[in-house]
Amino acid sequence: MSSARLKLKDVLAKEDLLYPGHRACAGCVAASVFRMVLKATRGPAVAISATGCLEVATSILPYTSWKIPWIHNAFENAAATAAGIEAAFKAMKKRGLIDEIPDVIVFAGDGGTYDIGFQALSGALERGHDFLYVLYDNEAYMNTGIQRSGGTPRFAWTTTSPAGEEIPGKLEWKKPIAHIVAEHKIPYTATASPSEPMDLINKVRRGLETEGPAFIHVICPCPRGWRFPTNLGIRVAELAVKTCFFPLWEATCEDGDVKYRLTGTSLAIAKKPELKLPVEEYLKLQGRFSHLFRPEKRADLIQEIQAAVDANWGYVLKRAGLA
Amino acid sequence: MAVLEQKVIGMTGDEAVAYAIKQVEPDIVAAYPITPQTIIVERFSEYVADGLVRTEFVAVESEHSALSACVGAAATGARAFTATAAQGLALMWEILYIASSLRLPIVMAIVNRALSAPINIHADHSDTMGARDSGWIQLYCENSQEAYDTCIQAWRIAEHPDVRLPVMICLDGFVLSHTLEDIRALPDETVKRFVGTPPEIRVKVEVPAGGGTEIVEVPYKLDPWAPVPLTMGTFAMYDCYFEYKRQQEEGMKAALKVIEEIGREYGQLSGRYYGLIHPYRLEDADVAIVGLGSAMGTASVAVDELREGGYRVGLLRIRCFRPFPVEQVKETLKNVRAVAIMDRAMSFGGPGGPLFMDMAAVFYGEARRPLLANFIYGLGGRDISVVDFKEAVKAIYGDLEAGAVREPMRYVGLRG
Amino acid sequence: MASKSIPFPPSWREAPMGGIAYKPSTLLRTGTWRLGLKPVVDEEKCTGCGWCHIYCPDGAANLVDGKAKIDYDYCKGCGICAEQCPAGAISMVKE
Repeated sequence: MSSARLKLKDVLAKEDLLYPGHRACAGCVAASVFRMVLKATRGPAVAISATGCLEVATSILPYTSWKIPWIHNAFENAAATAAGIEAAFKAMKKRGLIDEIPDVIVFAGDGGTYDIGFQALSGALERGHDFLYVLYDNEAYMNTGIQRSGGTPRFAWTTTSPAGEEIPGKLEWKKPIAHIVAEHKIPYTATASPSEPMDLINKVRRGLETEGPAFIHVICPCPRGWRFPTNLGIRVAELAVKTCFFPLWEATCEDGDVKYRLTGTSLAIAKKPELKLPVEEYLKLQGRFSHLFRPEKRADLIQEIQAAVDANWGYVLKRAGLA
Repeated sequence: MAVLEQKVIGMTGDEAVAYAIKQVEPDIVAAYPITPQTIIVERFSEYVADGLVRTEFVAVESEHSALSACVGAAATGARAFTATAAQGLALMWEILYIASSLRLPIVMAIVNRALSAPINIHADHSDTMGARDSGWIQLYCENSQEAYDTCIQAWRIAEHPDVRLPVMICLDGFVLSHTLEDIRALPDETVKRFVGTPPEIRVKVEVPAGGGTEIVEVPYKLDPWAPVPLTMGTFAMYDCYFEYKRQQEEGMKAALKVIEEIGREYGQLSGRYYGLIHPYRLEDADVAIVGLGSAMGTASVAVDELREGGYRVGLLRIRCFRPFPVEQVKETLKNVRAVAIMDRAMSFGGPGGPLFMDMAAVFYGEARRPLLANFIYGLGGRDISVVDFKEAVKAIYGDLEAGAVREPMRYVGLRG
Repeated sequence: MASKSIPFPPSWREAPMGGIAYKPSTLLRTGTWRLGLKPVVDEEKCTGCGWCHIYCPDGAANLVDGKAKIDYDYCKGCGICAEQCPAGAISMVKE
């Protein structure tokens, strides 16, 4: 089990490892998530970013927002780059050039993880490198202008899956990336939300303490791409959890057996199912789902989403032994 | 300084490369198998399994990830090596430019193989020619001994403070990679001493200080213990990208001298001197054959036979294709009247093969220019013989008589 | 020339190698992005819980002497702090 949990006062005392002055949008929840993740670091660390919003926003020449060593290589190879860095530090330690191996942390968006980066991620997980992979999921290729990704939920509007006369947004379902990663039988997989920062931060710390690959899937509402006012980013994430659209869990693999555990609000809902909100409460806040409500309410499509949310929630409950 | 006694080991080109890298003992080797490079990867894995090297071997899931892992490792200041061929190099193409632009001294062996389609596993230079603009130093080897020797020199070239560019060592697939040669190997300690430790490069950055900033100098590497962390792989707008490219080119220019210096230093240890070009019997030549790689060994036999027949022919094997040794080529060929430029790759739709186009650019501004005739040969492993070279040279003599190159592009051994 | 800063845009000779970033982003006062609304802390109501500091995307909300203090040099005016403050101590106010 993990060491003592971090408390809010520990986090408040920790220096911010991201300088202000970065170019993320006003209200960018991913930026909040990055700050939270960096608060959870425990010592020397190196970060690797895939191409994406926060990579660009923190590294436009000549400025950097990074207070730890950081490299951006390309879009699809954050995990492979991290693998090389981890192996290099291992080699340096073997040769007695360094005393300890720093934490290696990957920050990649849904583009660089679900789709173009999937191969590198899967390979790095299979090889068992000691690193933490943080997926900041804003559910579309946001940096290039809100195009659909494998992480875009069904019926969401994006620029390459617009809601038109004939087709109501993306028709494919959101790829169950965290389940897929957990089934790689890595030691630690978790989902987290910026609306429950201490849950997120403690999961990050646990991931860093894990020997071997650790993966944290963080839901990152995007005011620009999801179409909601800039002050509601955390509120939207909260509803993603309260409607069980995005359940919070962690999975560990012991003796080849992947065991799930619910955390935070999701654990509370599992114990008191009446706390679960209808997914409509989550969808109606977001302009990318507005075609499900206006000009007429598409109850059929909302019901499809609800059914899928319930099925995934049921699956997670079953895996957690709480069905 | 006396030349060192060297062990003679029967090895194929791939084995010789693996052996050289074993002696260098980089921090990581990240590689993905592809014929005809596979033996390099397999042999090195055996060294790792037998505990003969402390190198971390990363069995990556693709060539793109292989070079990506090398970029990550080299960015921390570690020594990184990989090897590939054809499709693998093509898959890595995106990262080639990133590696050279980040000024990372990665060393890579390319076992030259034809690019698909059709899929062909045999030797030609289309793979590395496709990468000639990527900012990597390219050294083409004539035989496996040279591949062994160059795999050792490459680190000193790449890591030289004036260069700081990655290096490709090219050896022809199957012809060299899978053919046994008697390789003279330096002792392990000699190799270790020759490559030494990578020289430290420092860069200046501004850090917050007082109400503003101050300049601090730090080693160019990702180092969590450094006083100032570095941010690598940044985003440049149109206001500064161009300057970084010009800066990169300066490394290439410096490499011309560095490659010769390292080649001389290596020669003093081994008895085998290497330069940018390897001329053969060109002193009084009328006609020269110019080319890269293993076929130039065959060409040298053709030169000898032609000489016996009274032809004043010589051979210029270009070892360093990037950076292109412009002055050395001009100087060596200055009295030659016609050149048979042998290209083992095509540039579809271009005015000639890749080597031809570079040679034409070299001689364009000269007052005295030889006739330049282009011969495409050896694609997809099509063999080229001594007879083929002799016929090419005779064709050139015909051009000289006619006063002009009669055929802009000739294809050696092509049916139809 | 003893200079405290490296020019930008740089000449090709002075550009730090490899395109590394060479200035901290603290030099960019993103507070200029605000579109007319800024968060204001009511110190009476503020309990110094620190959640605004955790949620702020820009690290522009900090605890100083136990009270929330907004750094208007970097605050982009998104309003997340006002929305999330458990004590309702932050309001978005016209500038």
